[in-house]
Amino acid sequence: MREVLADLSLVAAKDLRIEFRSRVLANQVAPFALLVLVLFGVALDADQRTLRSFAPGLFWVAVLLCALLAVQRSVAVERADDAVVGLRLSGMSPSALFLGKATAVLVQLLVLEVLLTGGIIVLYRSSVEDVALLVLTGLTAGVAVAAAGTLYGAMAAGLGVRETLLPILLLPVLAPVLIGATRAFDDALGAAAVDGWAWLVLLAGLAVVLTLVGALAYRVLVED
Amino acid sequence: MSVVELRGVVAVLGRFPALAGLDLTVAAGETVLVQGPNGGGKSTLLRLCAGLVVPTRGEARVLGFDLVVERHAVRRRVGLLGHATGLYDDLTVAENVIFWARAAGLGRAAEARANWALGRLGLDGPLADQAVRTVSAGQRRRTSLAALAVRRPDLWLLDEPHAGLDQEGRDVVDDLIGEAVAAGATVIVSSHELDRVRRLSPRVVTLAGGTLVGDRLGVVRDA
Repeated sequence: MREVLADLSLVAAKDLRIEFRSRVLANQVAPFALLVLVLFGVALDADQRTLRSFAPGLFWVAVLLCALLAVQRSVAVERADDAVVGLRLSGMSPSALFLGKATAVLVQLLVLEVLLTGGIIVLYRSSVEDVALLVLTGLTAGVAVAAAGTLYGAMAAGLGVRETLLPILLLPVLAPVLIGATRAFDDALGAAAVDGWAWLVLLAGLAVVLTLVGALAYRVLVED
Repeated sequence: MSVVELRGVVAVLGRFPALAGLDLTVAAGETVLVQGPNGGGKSTLLRLCAGLVVPTRGEARVLGFDLVVERHAVRRRVGLLGHATGLYDDLTVAENVIFWARAAGLGRAAEARANWALGRLGLDGPLADQAVRTVSAGQRRRTSLAALAVRRPDLWLLDEPHAGLDQEGRDVVDDLIGEAVAAGATVIVSSHELDRVRRLSPRVVTLAGGTLVGDRLGVVRDA
Protein backbone atom coordinates (compact mmCIF):
# COMPACT_ATOMS: atom_id res chain seq x y z
CA MET A 1 0.00 0.00 0.00
CA ARG A 2 2.87 2.35 0.82
CA GLU A 3 4.40 1.63 -2.59
CA VAL A 4 1.12 2.40 -4.34
CA LEU A 5 0.83 5.72 -2.51
CA ALA A 6 4.44 6.60 -3.32
CA ASP A 7 3.95 5.82 -7.03
CA LEU A 8 0.59 7.65 -7.04
CA SER A 9 2.14 10.82 -5.62
CA LEU A 10 5.16 10.50 -7.93
CA VAL A 11 2.98 10.37 -11.06
CA ALA A 12 0.53 13.03 -9.88
CA ALA A 13 3.35 15.42 -8.91
CA LYS A 14 5.03 14.84 -12.27
CA ASP A 15 1.84 15.54 -14.25
CA LEU A 16 1.01 18.64 -12.19
CA ARG A 17 4.56 19.95 -12.54
CA ILE A 18 4.33 19.51 -16.31
CA GLU A 19 0.97 21.32 -16.36
CA PHE A 20 2.35 24.13 -14.21
CA ARG A 21 5.34 24.56 -16.53
CA SER A 22 3.40 24.29 -19.80
CA ARG A 23 0.64 26.62 -18.49
CA VAL A 24 -1.93 24.86 -20.66
CA LEU A 25 -4.48 25.00 -17.84
CA ALA A 26 -3.91 28.68 -17.08
CA ASN A 27 -3.53 29.95 -20.63
CA GLN A 28 -5.88 27.71 -22.59
CA VAL A 29 -8.30 25.61 -20.54
CA ALA A 30 -9.30 28.23 -17.95
CA PRO A 31 -10.03 30.96 -20.54
CA PHE A 32 -11.94 28.36 -22.55
CA ALA A 33 -14.04 27.51 -19.48
CA LEU A 34 -14.94 31.15 -18.87
CA LEU A 35 -15.63 31.67 -22.57
CA VAL A 36 -18.09 28.78 -22.50
CA LEU A 37 -19.98 30.41 -19.62
CA VAL A 38 -20.09 33.74 -21.45
CA LEU A 39 -21.22 32.12 -24.71
CA PHE A 40 -23.97 30.20 -22.93
CA GLY A 41 -25.19 33.46 -21.45
CA VAL A 42 -25.12 35.21 -24.82
CA ALA A 43 -26.72 32.31 -26.67
CA LEU A 44 -29.57 31.97 -24.20
CA ASP A 45 -30.09 35.73 -24.24
CA ALA A 46 -32.01 35.26 -21.02
CA ASP A 47 -32.82 37.35 -18.00
CA GLN A 48 -30.97 36.75 -14.74
CA ARG A 49 -33.68 34.48 -13.32
CA THR A 50 -33.51 32.10 -16.31
CA LEU A 51 -29.71 32.09 -16.25
CA ARG A 52 -29.73 31.34 -12.53
CA SER A 53 -32.02 28.36 -13.05
CA PHE A 54 -29.83 27.04 -15.89
CA ALA A 55 -26.55 27.78 -14.10
CA PRO A 56 -26.03 24.30 -12.54
CA GLY A 57 -26.39 22.52 -15.88
CA LEU A 58 -24.27 25.06 -17.74
CA PHE A 59 -21.62 24.79 -15.02
CA TRP A 60 -21.31 21.03 -15.38
CA VAL A 61 -21.39 21.06 -19.17
CA ALA A 62 -18.48 23.53 -19.03
CA VAL A 63 -16.65 21.25 -16.57
CA LEU A 64 -17.09 18.24 -18.86
CA LEU A 65 -15.81 20.15 -21.90
CA CYS A 66 -12.74 21.27 -19.92
CA ALA A 67 -12.26 17.73 -18.61
CA LEU A 68 -11.96 16.50 -22.20
CA LEU A 69 -9.09 18.94 -22.75
CA ALA A 70 -7.39 17.95 -19.49
CA VAL A 71 -7.69 14.24 -20.26
CA GLN A 72 -6.37 14.62 -23.80
CA ARG A 73 -3.42 16.53 -22.43
CA SER A 74 -2.81 13.88 -19.76
CA VAL A 75 -2.66 11.16 -22.43
CA ALA A 76 -0.56 13.23 -24.84
CA VAL A 77 2.13 13.81 -22.19
CA GLU A 78 2.82 10.08 -22.03
CA ARG A 79 2.52 9.43 -25.78
CA ALA A 80 4.49 12.38 -27.14
CA ASP A 81 7.92 10.77 -26.76
CA ASP A 82 6.83 7.24 -25.85
CA ALA A 83 7.31 7.80 -22.12
CA VAL A 84 4.53 5.25 -21.69
CA VAL A 85 7.05 2.53 -22.65
CA GLY A 86 9.28 3.62 -19.76
CA LEU A 87 6.30 3.44 -17.43
CA ARG A 88 5.56 -0.11 -18.61
CA LEU A 89 9.16 -1.11 -17.92
CA SER A 90 9.38 0.67 -14.57
CA GLY A 91 7.57 -2.00 -12.60
CA MET A 92 5.19 0.63 -11.28
CA SER A 93 1.75 -0.71 -10.37
CA PRO A 94 -0.75 0.14 -13.15
CA SER A 95 -3.32 0.93 -10.47
CA ALA A 96 -0.95 3.47 -8.90
CA LEU A 97 -0.29 4.90 -12.34
CA PHE A 98 -4.03 5.25 -12.97
CA LEU A 99 -4.67 6.83 -9.58
CA GLY A 100 -1.74 9.21 -10.02
CA LYS A 101 -2.87 10.41 -13.42
CA ALA A 102 -6.51 10.67 -12.28
CA THR A 103 -5.42 12.68 -9.22
CA ALA A 104 -3.58 15.16 -11.43
CA VAL A 105 -6.67 15.55 -13.64
CA LEU A 106 -8.83 15.93 -10.51
CA VAL A 107 -6.67 18.75 -9.13
CA GLN A 108 -6.96 20.59 -12.44
CA LEU A 109 -10.74 20.08 -12.48
CA LEU A 110 -11.06 21.41 -8.93
CA VAL A 111 -9.18 24.56 -9.91
CA LEU A 112 -11.50 24.99 -12.89
CA GLU A 113 -14.57 24.36 -10.73
CA VAL A 114 -13.52 27.15 -8.35
CA LEU A 115 -13.05 29.44 -11.33
CA LEU A 116 -16.39 28.46 -12.85
CA THR A 117 -18.17 28.90 -9.52
CA GLY A 118 -16.87 32.45 -9.45
CA GLY A 119 -18.02 32.75 -13.06
CA ILE A 120 -21.64 31.77 -12.45
CA ILE A 121 -21.82 33.98 -9.35
CA VAL A 122 -20.55 37.00 -11.27
CA LEU A 123 -22.07 36.38 -14.71
CA TYR A 124 -25.35 34.63 -13.80
CA ARG A 125 -25.83 36.18 -10.33
CA SER A 126 -26.12 32.72 -8.76
CA SER A 127 -26.02 32.51 -4.99
CA VAL A 128 -24.69 29.65 -2.89
CA GLU A 129 -27.26 28.43 -0.38
CA ASP A 130 -25.55 25.24 0.81
CA VAL A 131 -21.77 25.55 0.77
CA ALA A 132 -21.13 22.03 2.11
CA LEU A 133 -23.29 20.43 -0.60
CA LEU A 134 -21.63 22.57 -3.26
CA VAL A 135 -18.10 21.66 -2.16
CA LEU A 136 -18.80 17.94 -1.69
CA THR A 137 -20.60 17.72 -5.04
CA GLY A 138 -17.72 19.46 -6.80
CA LEU A 139 -15.24 17.08 -5.22
CA THR A 140 -17.25 13.89 -5.74
CA ALA A 141 -18.28 14.62 -9.32
CA GLY A 142 -14.68 15.70 -9.99
CA VAL A 143 -13.44 12.29 -8.83
CA ALA A 144 -15.94 10.53 -11.09
CA VAL A 145 -15.05 12.66 -14.12
CA ALA A 146 -11.29 12.34 -13.53
CA ALA A 147 -11.51 8.56 -13.09
CA ALA A 148 -13.67 7.97 -16.17
CA GLY A 149 -11.62 10.44 -18.22
CA THR A 150 -8.31 8.83 -17.32
CA LEU A 151 -9.66 5.37 -18.09
CA TYR A 152 -11.25 6.31 -21.42
CA GLY A 153 -8.28 8.45 -22.40
CA ALA A 154 -6.01 5.43 -22.06
CA MET A 155 -8.58 3.28 -23.85
CA ALA A 156 -8.77 5.66 -26.82
CA ALA A 157 -4.96 5.83 -26.99
CA GLY A 158 -4.69 2.05 -26.78
CA LEU A 159 -7.22 1.57 -29.56
CA GLY A 160 -5.21 3.97 -31.71
CA VAL A 161 -8.30 6.01 -32.51
CA ARG A 162 -8.03 9.72 -33.09
CA GLU A 163 -8.32 11.91 -30.02
CA THR A 164 -11.42 13.50 -31.53
CA LEU A 165 -13.23 10.25 -30.74
CA LEU A 166 -12.61 10.64 -27.01
CA PRO A 167 -15.71 12.82 -26.47
CA ILE A 168 -17.88 10.25 -28.25
CA LEU A 169 -16.55 7.51 -26.00
CA LEU A 170 -16.46 9.46 -22.75
CA LEU A 171 -19.47 11.78 -22.67
CA PRO A 172 -22.14 9.03 -22.71
CA VAL A 173 -20.41 7.40 -19.73
CA LEU A 174 -20.41 10.71 -17.90
CA ALA A 175 -24.10 11.44 -18.55
CA PRO A 176 -25.18 10.06 -15.12
CA VAL A 177 -22.49 12.17 -13.45
CA LEU A 178 -23.73 15.25 -15.32
CA ILE A 179 -27.32 14.59 -14.23
CA GLY A 180 -26.43 13.88 -10.61
CA ALA A 181 -24.06 16.82 -10.26
CA THR A 182 -26.56 19.20 -11.88
CA ARG A 183 -29.34 18.10 -9.55
CA ALA A 184 -27.12 18.45 -6.48
CA PHE A 185 -26.04 21.91 -7.64
CA ASP A 186 -29.71 22.81 -8.24
CA ASP A 187 -30.17 22.35 -4.50
CA ALA A 188 -26.86 23.92 -3.45
CA LEU A 189 -27.51 27.04 -5.57
CA GLY A 190 -31.22 27.18 -4.79
CA ALA A 191 -32.11 26.82 -8.47
CA ALA A 192 -34.69 24.07 -7.97
CA ALA A 193 -36.43 22.29 -5.11
CA VAL A 194 -34.69 18.91 -5.13
CA ASP A 195 -32.94 16.80 -2.51
CA GLY A 196 -29.32 17.50 -3.48
CA TRP A 197 -27.89 15.27 -0.75
CA ALA A 198 -29.65 12.22 -2.22
CA TRP A 199 -28.06 13.01 -5.60
CA LEU A 200 -24.71 13.42 -3.86
CA VAL A 201 -24.99 9.85 -2.55
CA LEU A 202 -25.57 8.64 -6.11
CA LEU A 203 -22.53 10.63 -7.27
CA ALA A 204 -20.40 9.11 -4.52
CA GLY A 205 -21.43 5.63 -5.68
CA LEU A 206 -20.52 6.50 -9.27
CA ALA A 207 -17.18 7.92 -8.17
CA VAL A 208 -16.31 4.76 -6.24
CA VAL A 209 -17.36 2.43 -9.08
CA LEU A 210 -15.53 4.41 -11.80
CA THR A 211 -12.37 4.65 -9.68
CA LEU A 212 -12.36 0.93 -8.88
CA VAL A 213 -13.05 -0.09 -12.48
CA GLY A 214 -10.33 2.28 -13.70
CA ALA A 215 -7.75 1.02 -11.22
CA LEU A 216 -8.46 -2.59 -12.21
CA ALA A 217 -8.80 -2.07 -15.97
CA TYR A 218 -5.77 0.17 -16.39
CA ARG A 219 -3.39 -2.81 -16.29
CA VAL A 220 -4.97 -4.23 -19.43
CA LEU A 221 -4.94 -0.87 -21.20
CA VAL A 222 -1.42 0.18 -20.36
CA GLU A 223 0.51 -3.03 -20.00
CA ASP A 224 -0.66 -5.16 -22.90
CA MET B 1 23.52 -19.38 -17.84
CA SER B 2 21.60 -17.96 -20.79
CA VAL B 3 19.99 -14.56 -20.37
CA VAL B 4 18.12 -14.77 -23.67
CA GLU B 5 16.82 -18.08 -25.07
CA LEU B 6 14.68 -17.86 -28.19
CA ARG B 7 13.64 -20.99 -30.11
CA GLY B 8 11.53 -20.72 -33.23
CA VAL B 9 10.07 -17.42 -32.09
CA VAL B 10 7.44 -15.85 -34.31
CA ALA B 11 6.13 -12.38 -33.51
CA VAL B 12 3.36 -11.00 -35.69
CA LEU B 13 2.86 -7.25 -35.66
CA GLY B 14 -0.36 -6.35 -37.45
CA ARG B 15 -0.54 -8.85 -40.28
CA PHE B 16 3.15 -9.34 -40.85
CA PRO B 17 5.63 -11.53 -38.98
CA ALA B 18 8.32 -9.16 -37.73
CA LEU B 19 10.15 -12.21 -36.36
CA ALA B 20 9.72 -15.41 -38.36
CA GLY B 21 11.12 -18.38 -36.47
CA LEU B 22 14.06 -16.76 -34.71
CA ASP B 23 16.59 -18.83 -32.76
CA LEU B 24 19.01 -16.92 -30.55
CA THR B 25 20.85 -17.56 -27.32
CA VAL B 26 22.75 -14.89 -25.40
CA ALA B 27 24.85 -15.80 -22.39
CA ALA B 28 25.05 -13.80 -19.18
CA GLY B 29 27.63 -11.02 -19.34
CA GLU B 30 27.81 -11.17 -23.11
CA THR B 31 27.69 -8.15 -25.42
CA VAL B 32 25.98 -8.86 -28.72
CA LEU B 33 25.70 -6.61 -31.74
CA VAL B 34 22.56 -7.09 -33.83
CA GLN B 35 22.81 -5.86 -37.39
CA GLY B 36 20.81 -6.23 -40.57
CA PRO B 37 18.75 -4.35 -43.11
CA ASN B 38 15.88 -2.04 -42.21
CA GLY B 39 12.81 -4.10 -41.40
CA GLY B 40 14.94 -7.12 -40.61
CA GLY B 41 13.51 -7.46 -37.09
CA LYS B 42 16.23 -5.79 -34.97
CA SER B 43 13.97 -3.39 -33.10
CA THR B 44 11.28 -6.04 -32.68
CA LEU B 45 13.88 -8.38 -31.18
CA LEU B 46 14.83 -5.74 -28.62
CA ARG B 47 11.19 -5.00 -27.78
CA LEU B 48 10.50 -8.72 -27.50
CA CYS B 49 13.40 -9.15 -25.07
CA ALA B 50 12.00 -6.23 -23.06
CA GLY B 51 8.65 -7.99 -22.71
CA LEU B 52 6.86 -5.39 -24.83
CA VAL B 53 6.13 -7.74 -27.75
CA VAL B 54 4.48 -11.07 -27.05
CA PRO B 55 5.70 -14.05 -29.10
CA THR B 56 2.98 -15.54 -31.27
CA ARG B 57 4.74 -18.93 -31.47
CA GLY B 58 7.92 -20.54 -30.20
CA GLU B 59 9.72 -20.60 -26.86
CA ALA B 60 11.08 -17.36 -25.44
CA ARG B 61 12.78 -16.88 -22.09
CA VAL B 62 14.59 -13.79 -20.88
CA LEU B 63 16.47 -13.71 -17.56
CA GLY B 64 14.89 -17.07 -16.84
CA PHE B 65 11.31 -15.79 -17.25
CA ASP B 66 8.85 -16.99 -19.87
CA LEU B 67 7.97 -14.06 -22.14
CA VAL B 68 4.36 -15.12 -22.55
CA VAL B 69 3.33 -15.58 -18.92
CA GLU B 70 6.05 -13.77 -16.95
CA ARG B 71 6.86 -10.75 -19.12
CA HIS B 72 5.94 -8.32 -16.34
CA ALA B 73 8.79 -9.76 -14.27
CA VAL B 74 11.13 -9.31 -17.23
CA ARG B 75 10.20 -5.65 -17.72
CA ARG B 76 11.43 -4.63 -14.27
CA ARG B 77 14.86 -6.09 -14.95
CA VAL B 78 15.64 -4.76 -18.41
CA GLY B 79 16.49 -1.31 -19.73
CA LEU B 80 15.45 -0.36 -23.26
CA LEU B 81 16.77 2.56 -25.25
CA GLY B 82 14.51 2.83 -28.27
CA HIS B 83 14.20 5.31 -31.11
CA ALA B 84 12.12 7.63 -28.93
CA THR B 85 13.83 9.04 -25.85
CA GLY B 86 10.86 8.61 -23.50
CA LEU B 87 11.39 11.98 -21.81
CA TYR B 88 9.04 14.72 -20.63
CA ASP B 89 9.73 17.95 -22.50
CA ASP B 90 8.58 20.29 -19.74
CA LEU B 91 10.72 18.70 -17.03
CA THR B 92 14.41 19.46 -16.67
CA VAL B 93 17.13 16.97 -17.53
CA ALA B 94 17.69 16.22 -13.82
CA GLU B 95 13.96 15.98 -13.05
CA ASN B 96 13.52 13.44 -15.83
CA VAL B 97 16.35 11.22 -14.58
CA ILE B 98 15.20 11.49 -10.96
CA PHE B 99 11.62 10.67 -11.99
CA TRP B 100 12.70 7.48 -13.77
CA ALA B 101 14.90 6.53 -10.82
CA ARG B 102 11.96 6.90 -8.45
CA ALA B 103 9.63 5.11 -10.86
CA ALA B 104 12.06 2.19 -10.74
CA GLY B 105 11.52 2.04 -6.99
CA LEU B 106 14.92 3.35 -5.90
CA GLY B 107 13.30 5.40 -3.13
CA ARG B 108 15.74 7.49 -1.13
CA ALA B 109 18.67 6.36 -3.25
CA ALA B 110 17.04 7.82 -6.36
CA GLU B 111 18.56 11.27 -6.17
CA ALA B 112 22.10 10.06 -5.46
CA ARG B 113 21.89 7.49 -8.26
CA ALA B 114 20.49 10.13 -10.63
CA ASN B 115 23.35 12.50 -9.78
CA TRP B 116 25.81 9.70 -10.54
CA ALA B 117 24.17 9.02 -13.90
CA LEU B 118 24.00 12.70 -14.81
CA GLY B 119 27.69 13.09 -14.07
CA ARG B 120 28.57 9.92 -15.93
CA LEU B 121 26.78 11.11 -19.07
CA GLY B 122 28.20 14.63 -18.85
CA LEU B 123 24.84 16.16 -17.98
CA ASP B 124 25.72 17.73 -14.64
CA GLY B 125 26.10 21.47 -14.06
CA PRO B 126 23.74 24.04 -15.60
CA LEU B 127 22.58 21.58 -18.25
CA ALA B 128 20.88 19.48 -15.58
CA ASP B 129 18.49 22.34 -14.81
CA GLN B 130 17.50 22.98 -18.42
CA ALA B 131 14.11 21.85 -19.70
CA VAL B 132 14.48 18.86 -22.00
CA ARG B 133 12.64 20.75 -24.76
CA THR B 134 15.52 23.23 -24.89
CA VAL B 135 18.46 20.81 -25.14
CA SER B 136 20.00 19.40 -28.31
CA ALA B 137 19.10 16.01 -29.80
CA GLY B 138 22.40 14.56 -28.60
CA GLN B 139 21.89 15.85 -25.06
CA ARG B 140 18.40 14.45 -25.15
CA ARG B 141 19.80 11.06 -26.14
CA ARG B 142 22.30 11.25 -23.28
CA THR B 143 19.48 12.07 -20.86
CA SER B 144 17.61 9.02 -22.06
CA LEU B 145 20.72 6.89 -21.48
CA ALA B 146 21.10 8.38 -17.99
CA ALA B 147 17.48 7.45 -17.25
CA LEU B 148 18.29 3.89 -18.32
CA ALA B 149 21.64 3.67 -16.52
CA VAL B 150 20.16 4.88 -13.27
CA ARG B 151 18.13 1.65 -13.05
CA ARG B 152 21.22 -0.56 -13.48
CA PRO B 153 19.26 -3.22 -15.37
CA ASP B 154 20.42 -6.81 -15.74
CA LEU B 155 19.85 -6.68 -19.50
CA TRP B 156 20.57 -3.56 -21.57
CA LEU B 157 18.73 -3.34 -24.89
CA LEU B 158 20.11 -0.49 -26.95
CA ASP B 159 18.65 0.49 -30.30
CA GLU B 160 21.12 2.71 -32.18
CA PRO B 161 22.63 4.12 -28.95
CA HIS B 162 25.19 6.25 -30.82
CA ALA B 163 22.64 7.97 -33.06
CA GLY B 164 22.79 11.75 -32.83
CA LEU B 165 25.78 11.80 -30.49
CA ASP B 166 29.06 13.62 -31.02
CA GLN B 167 32.40 11.85 -30.70
CA GLU B 168 32.65 12.53 -26.97
CA GLY B 169 29.11 11.27 -26.44
CA ARG B 170 29.83 8.10 -28.40
CA ASP B 171 32.88 7.42 -26.27
CA VAL B 172 30.84 7.95 -23.11
CA VAL B 173 28.25 5.44 -24.35
CA ASP B 174 30.97 2.90 -25.10
CA ASP B 175 32.45 3.38 -21.64
CA LEU B 176 29.02 3.02 -20.06
CA ILE B 177 28.39 -0.25 -21.90
CA GLY B 178 31.81 -1.52 -20.85
CA GLU B 179 31.10 -0.66 -17.21
CA ALA B 180 27.69 -2.34 -17.34
CA VAL B 181 29.24 -5.55 -18.68
CA ALA B 182 32.04 -5.38 -16.10
CA ALA B 183 29.34 -5.15 -13.44
CA GLY B 184 27.76 -8.36 -14.76
CA ALA B 185 25.06 -7.02 -17.07
CA THR B 186 24.27 -8.41 -20.51
CA VAL B 187 24.03 -5.99 -23.45
CA ILE B 188 22.34 -6.33 -26.83
CA VAL B 189 23.04 -3.46 -29.21
CA SER B 190 21.31 -2.86 -32.50
CA SER B 191 23.38 -0.60 -34.69
CA HIS B 192 24.34 0.24 -38.24
CA GLU B 193 27.69 1.59 -37.04
CA LEU B 194 29.52 -1.68 -37.31
CA ASP B 195 33.07 -0.44 -36.89
CA ARG B 196 32.30 1.27 -33.62
CA VAL B 197 30.18 -1.46 -32.10
CA ARG B 198 32.52 -4.26 -33.15
CA ARG B 199 35.03 -2.77 -30.74
CA LEU B 200 32.53 -3.45 -27.96
CA SER B 201 31.31 -6.82 -29.04
CA PRO B 202 33.10 -9.96 -30.10
CA ARG B 203 29.81 -11.37 -31.35
CA VAL B 204 27.78 -10.01 -34.23
CA VAL B 205 24.47 -11.53 -35.27
CA THR B 206 22.63 -10.62 -38.44
CA LEU B 207 18.86 -10.51 -38.83
CA ALA B 208 17.01 -10.35 -42.13
CA GLY B 209 13.36 -11.05 -42.77
CA GLY B 210 12.84 -11.72 -39.09
CA THR B 211 15.26 -14.64 -38.93
CA LEU B 212 18.88 -15.13 -37.92
CA VAL B 213 20.95 -15.30 -41.09
CA GLY B 214 24.37 -15.24 -39.54
CA ASP B 215 26.57 -14.63 -36.56
CA ARG B 216 30.23 -13.92 -36.10
CA LEU B 217 30.98 -17.45 -34.94
CA GLY B 218 30.18 -18.70 -38.39
CA VAL B 219 26.70 -20.04 -37.88
CA VAL B 220 25.05 -18.94 -41.12
CA ARG B 221 21.54 -19.93 -42.11
CA ASP B 222 19.31 -19.32 -45.07
CA ALA B 223 17.29 -16.11 -44.95
